[in-house]
Amino acid sequence: MAETNKTDKTSIQAKVLEVIRPYVKDETVLSSLTGQTDIIKDLKINSARFVDILLDIEDAFEIAIDDSSAAKIITVEDAINVISDKLALKNEGAK
Amino acid sequence: MQVNNNKHRVVITGMGVVSPNGIGVGAFEQAIRKGTSGIKYLPELESFQFAARIGGVPEISDELKQHYFPKELFKSFSASILFGCIAGREAWLDAGLKMPEELSEPDWDTGAILGSGLAGADILGGTAVPMINNGNTKRLGSTMVEQCMNSGPSAYLGGLLALGNQVTTNSSACSTGTEAIVDAFERIKAGHAKRMLAGGSEGSSTYLWAGFDSMRVLNRVSNDNPESASRPMSASAAGFVPGAGAGLLMLESLESALQRKQRIYAEILGGAVNCGGQRQGGTMTAPNSKGVQRCIRSAVELSGIKPADIDAISGHLTSTMADPVEIKNWTEALGRKGKDFPYINSVKSMVGHCLGAAGAIESIATVLQLYKGFLHPSINCEDVHPEILKLISEERVVRKEMITDNLKIIAKASFGFGDVNSCLIFKKWDNT
Repeated sequence: MAETNKTDKTSIQAKVLEVIRPYVKDETVLSSLTGQTDIIKDLKINSARFVDILLDIEDAFEIAIDDSSAAKIITVEDAINVISDKLALKNEGAK
Repeated sequence: MQVNNNKHRVVITGMGVVSPNGIGVGAFEQAIRKGTSGIKYLPELESFQFAARIGGVPEISDELKQHYFPKELFKSFSASILFGCIAGREAWLDAGLKMPEELSEPDWDTGAILGSGLAGADILGGTAVPMINNGNTKRLGSTMVEQCMNSGPSAYLGGLLALGNQVTTNSSACSTGTEAIVDAFERIKAGHAKRMLAGGSEGSSTYLWAGFDSMRVLNRVSNDNPESASRPMSASAAGFVPGAGAGLLMLESLESALQRKQRIYAEILGGAVNCGGQRQGGTMTAPNSKGVQRCIRSAVELSGIKPADIDAISGHLTSTMADPVEIKNWTEALGRKGKDFPYINSVKSMVGHCLGAAGAIESIATVLQLYKGFLHPSINCEDVHPEILKLISEERVVRKEMITDNLKIIAKASFGFGDVNSCLIFKKWDNT
């Protein structure tokens, strides 16, 4: 169970990276991306564009990110956690 | 000749243009010399049930776009911003300046006045309004404000070039482009800036053009013959043809240009703007002739020249019933008619009416004519309007390219809704 979870999170991170890529001026910063990477500060993304990244994440994973969940997202790992929670809720709803 | 008594003379050291008949100053010059029309049939206008289905739209390749926008904006950006940035970058490089580094100090001595009639109309009408009406406000994203705001083009250009002086947008309908140049001229003359990029940008948008279609002021009888549709000064002129594009001129103090040893295209001797007050025959949409004439005379007086010094006129001349009225106003303002009237032509015959960008694109044509020594043809004017022939000799209407070294001074005027007027006097640069 834990193993599956890790695989899921790796694939989510890969997908998040692709969502973020167009917003980064210098793509080389993406090569050192980890879970602890601060999306705005470390990747030097214009903070106004954060809402666009959220919208793109919603589209990419077919989820809705409410304001309180959005407020939790600072690092890449925060984003992955919110996404996997939302995906889990969605899958439960589907059952 | 007394040029002006002010400390700072103002010259033009760079130009950039995005026009329906040519992208870039070189292509534009070739097009206006040959009389190449940029007017085409636009199927999109048919689907929107326009009566007039023709227009002048610059064609920008995706490759060119990539120079100007971060990838994040590819999804949705306004044509007015794109055109303004392309023309502004060209004018900047043409003026011998380098693109700024990412971390460079802003250029505190250079600003921009980049006007629009309705910047962002394409994004507002095509993206924002439908989403908001469908309750999707949350999904508009962060770029909708900057894409729709009227100052979007100047704001993007300011960032592209790291401008540190005044960066703003003026708006005075079809007078916008010329007014921007007058305002920038005044700012340099007063010593508030060394250099100002000045001009206008207008996107191609059904949402901008639709109101004109409904007003029945667009040519709706030439859908089958787009290139002949814009016919300024012609007896068969049947309304204007909407156009889009951008023109930017780098205005610079003479001392700065000389110090940089930069090539000088022409000098701006003076300019004037005014309003007819929508009185004495003037309305929201028609000019008070007294206001037009005062504007032209003011520009002449402020330039320290006599009406007789004007060799040619780049008219506003939109291909409507107002063309003969404009000619009459020029004859009365200058006190010149018949064979004594200056040569006159209209860029709109080839590109249509680029609205907020018109005066800027036409000012670039004016400067090119002085610098290179030619007058471009005003096409589709085989049948000069009889009311015009009562005022001026037929040979004064330039219908074929004229090569001449005798051009010293050209006047350029624009007029707009709101009964507003603007006029500029350009002089060939002869190193004095």
